[in-house]
Amino acid sequence: MKKNILFRLILLGFFAGLVNGLFGSGGGTILVPGMFFLTDMGQHKSHATAISIILPLTILSTYIYMQNGDINWPIAIKIICGSVIGAYIGAKLLNHIPGKILRKSFALFMLIAAIRMVF
Amino acid sequence: MFYIVVGLFSGIMGGMGIGGGTILIPALIIFTTLNQQQSQGLNLLCFIPAAIVAFITHLKGGNIETKFCIPLIIAGLLGAFLGANMAIRISSDLLRRLFGIFLFLMALYEFFYKGKK
Repeated sequence: MKKNILFRLILLGFFAGLVNGLFGSGGGTILVPGMFFLTDMGQHKSHATAISIILPLTILSTYIYMQNGDINWPIAIKIICGSVIGAYIGAKLLNHIPGKILRKSFALFMLIAAIRMVF
Repeated sequence: MFYIVVGLFSGIMGGMGIGGGTILIPALIIFTTLNQQQSQGLNLLCFIPAAIVAFITHLKGGNIETKFCIPLIIAGLLGAFLGANMAIRISSDLLRRLFGIFLFLMALYEFFYKGKK
């Protein structure tokens, strides 16, 4: 690995970890395009590699939140049950729904929520 | 029941590779009395079981580029430590506003995303 690339990877990892810890999300949204541009990895491998990186970072961040008493276990169990079923449905739907329309409507929801949260 | 439905929707988004957290956190903030740190903590925790399953699947499929993982994980752990410590120290209101700005940028990214090259 070239020294230049290694330095950029370290910066990317640090930034993704910082955002993921601070906002409790978003590490993957930074890592996937970041790795895609810095390395010759394809889209599919970028997604898979991103998960293997965010997993240990998330465990560390969760532990820090937990120590601070910010984890509500009874609610977490309900959300996990729903999201496991949802993840299965989502993975199946992926091949049947045009991603482009879904992304744009989802982005609009995020924009409205973002404005509501700032003000 | 409400939490199961919210989990279901964020799971669908996550399963389609669009990012479940960006829907789960605002939904919890807008529709429940949980504060910003609690919502973020829930998202972090709920990511872990799904990510373990995905990780094992991808590892078996040979889709993980291990040579890039080490520098990214080491630097990432340092960032995650600093980020989480910042999050638990600042006020919930300020963190919610910062998250809103971050969500806005993510929304623009999703909106203008060009797809697989």
